[in-house]
Amino acid sequence: MNAVAPMTNTASLAVETPILEMRGISQIFPGVKALDQVSISLYPGQVTALIGENGAGKSTLVKILTGIYRPSEGEILLDGQPVQFSSAQAAIDAGVTAIHQETVLFDELTVGENIFLGHAPRTRFGTIDWRTINARSRDLLRQLESEIDPTIRLKDLSIAQRHLVAIARALSVEARIVIMDEPTAALSRKEIDDLFRIVEGLKRQGKAILFISHKFDELYEIAENFAVFRDGKAVGHGSLKETPQAEIVRLMVGRDVHDVFPKITVEIGDTVLSVEGYSHPTEFRDISFELKRGEILGVYGLIGAGRSELCQSLFGITRPSAGRLTLDGKPVEIRSPRDAIAAGVVYVPEERGRHGLALPMPIYQNMSLPSLAKTSRSGFLKASNELKLARQYAERLDLRAAALSVPVGTLSGGNQQKVVIGKWLATQPKVIILDEPTKGIDIGSKAAVHAFISELASQGLSIIMVSSELPEVLGMSDRIMVMREGLMAGFYDRSAATAEALVRAATGNA
Amino acid sequence: MTKLLKSRELLLSGIILLMIAGFATRADGFAEPGNLVNIFNDTSILIILALAQMTVILTKSIDLSVAANLAFTGMAVAMTNAAYPDLPLLVLIVMALGIGALLGAINGFLVWILQIPPIVVTLGTLTIYRGMAFVLSGGGWVNAHQMTPTFLNVPRTVVLGLPILSWVAILVVLGMIFLLTRSSFGRSAYAAGGNPVAAIYAGIDIGRTRFFAFVLSGAMAGLCSYLWVSRYAVAYVDIAAGFELDSVAACVIGGISIAGGIGSVIGAVLGSLFLGVIKNALPVIGISPFAQMAISGIVIILAVVFNARAEAKKGRIILRDRATAEVTA
Repeated sequence: MNAVAPMTNTASLAVETPILEMRGISQIFPGVKALDQVSISLYPGQVTALIGENGAGKSTLVKILTGIYRPSEGEILLDGQPVQFSSAQAAIDAGVTAIHQETVLFDELTVGENIFLGHAPRTRFGTIDWRTINARSRDLLRQLESEIDPTIRLKDLSIAQRHLVAIARALSVEARIVIMDEPTAALSRKEIDDLFRIVEGLKRQGKAILFISHKFDELYEIAENFAVFRDGKAVGHGSLKETPQAEIVRLMVGRDVHDVFPKITVEIGDTVLSVEGYSHPTEFRDISFELKRGEILGVYGLIGAGRSELCQSLFGITRPSAGRLTLDGKPVEIRSPRDAIAAGVVYVPEERGRHGLALPMPIYQNMSLPSLAKTSRSGFLKASNELKLARQYAERLDLRAAALSVPVGTLSGGNQQKVVIGKWLATQPKVIILDEPTKGIDIGSKAAVHAFISELASQGLSIIMVSSELPEVLGMSDRIMVMREGLMAGFYDRSAATAEALVRAATGNA
Repeated sequence: MTKLLKSRELLLSGIILLMIAGFATRADGFAEPGNLVNIFNDTSILIILALAQMTVILTKSIDLSVAANLAFTGMAVAMTNAAYPDLPLLVLIVMALGIGALLGAINGFLVWILQIPPIVVTLGTLTIYRGMAFVLSGGGWVNAHQMTPTFLNVPRTVVLGLPILSWVAILVVLGMIFLLTRSSFGRSAYAAGGNPVAAIYAGIDIGRTRFFAFVLSGAMAGLCSYLWVSRYAVAYVDIAAGFELDSVAACVIGGISIAGGIGSVIGAVLGSLFLGVIKNALPVIGISPFAQMAISGIVIILAVVFNARAEAKKGRIILRDRATAEVTA
């Protein structure tokens, strides 16, 4: 870190002149405004914390900064000069580098190859200059206070060491702006301390850092500035040291959420499903709750808290290592999705494309797939019954399609979602698990989905709704379970639940 | 897309008819009904094997061992016929189906329980089954004079203008249409290949579906082994060498997506007929036998390129939509 000295000068000037400034940036996708007139400045030698719920627009901003998206409106100024990041390479050339949540590295390549992949130094003869790669890799890693041998394969490293390699890769290009997208998610406390020492080192080198994290204690430790995003808008920024945590949470959550949701008051009935001590070898432990007839149980938590894994286990995709299930007072064992469907528990997955539908198959065949036992006659498929079933649910869900025999792949996203939901309703379940039911759909459709969820509850279905969106969880749920790092972190009745309490339970900040 | 598939099948039929017409200008009598019946009869075994292969491919797998299975089972059946001439033909056919299904079940078991990729499993069993044929026969041949007349003649017997061999193929085609469109196994096969994850979520056991596809494929190879041995009146280790590739080619030409989940029985039949017409035409129009294999190969590649382009076009539209969705300026 000998090269630091001349650069500290720029750091002292920092307060007035940002290295990079984004002004009035909007990003419009069809039907969704992912970013709405946001502005943010990054200063040399300082860490700016970017805070917001899932879906607030943080990732979109990162993608704009790294040249993956081109903003619909607004300008980016680099050292006061307007620039355009027309490609990922252009962003790299301008000195922007990102370390992602899930680092994209290659297991079978060596550490040095990973660091210099795509910009490997060449020898005079145009072949790859291994000596330089390994020497410079060693230097970069040493800057990060690590003695990892550049010639060993990545797969032999620990997660934390891989992170260091990812950071070294980010630094191997002449970066001035470093984006860290939840870099601490997979790290232990000690590794986080090591990472923060590295970040301090980067600060001293005069680099501007954009740091995305959900963990407030870490942010207060490392960041000077903050910017809070909510629903694609920048709702606050300033000096983090002078802003109390309660204020940040208020900015994140923003509004009084209970009124805008079409929650129907439903007579809550008897216990339908009771889960006792459900555990999984790696993903979650000791989860217990009861679900009553007509009840909506919200499950809130950060990404990686084990919520989807719990639901998949309840649906029989993975088997629990311990725990008991009781359905309608009778013990049940769910060992496969087939068992779950037969018992009346269904799961509407988050990624409808990947988990929900066979896109080349017609709508009606997708709808009837889990219900074939019901539509078939003496073991043979009966298309007329399948069509009848599909028609019934297509009407109920207001599905728009030219014909029920067209492939699902030809439908719009919203209509595909309806096919997924229809397919599960057609099994006439008792318990329906909705994983992020409104993720990636526009505001108007969201309201329709919420109304529909309420209607299902009022018809006596019990609903488990996993959601990362606070307003949705608060607005729709009768009770809320918060999960953190695979454990239950809190239970809240509708009347007692506040956004602040949920965020605190989910992030573990007392 | 159903429409597109239908039009693709129409297109393929058109191409086959054009080819027949074209060859007829070079070789008198090529388009005569009698010759067409011959071509169909010649292609019958390929049709049956292609349909078996198709079922496996639908589930996102592949069975490279069908021809080796055919060779082993054919040898076993022929040797049994030679050794026990009094055994009724029906017993031999049941035996062929049974041995074939058993060999298919070995493939299916390895894919299902041990989770080995199908291409690796069947590449291995391809060698094993052919090796077993060698062990069984000691490298010897079973010739026509060792086989019983019934064994040799039944498939050639003409009933209602078509040899029984052709009728068997027609029955298999009808049976497969029924199986793939009207049975829950068929639906599971399409779903398992169309989106394996969604299929699991819908309660379908993908492993079991693949297992049954391999068993079916093996049984069909067993059936074909008898048809093959009786048709060519000889059994030796190398019969049907490389025929597994013809069955895959017929599927690909017929629009069965090698990625699984897409394809129709009619498509596979047309793909087989396409190859059958070419194989029958080349010698007739006087192309050297040395060039014939190369020409068949070129035609297969052209057909695949044509198919790949048709699929790529669809892909491009999706990408374009996504691109506009992501970079709306």
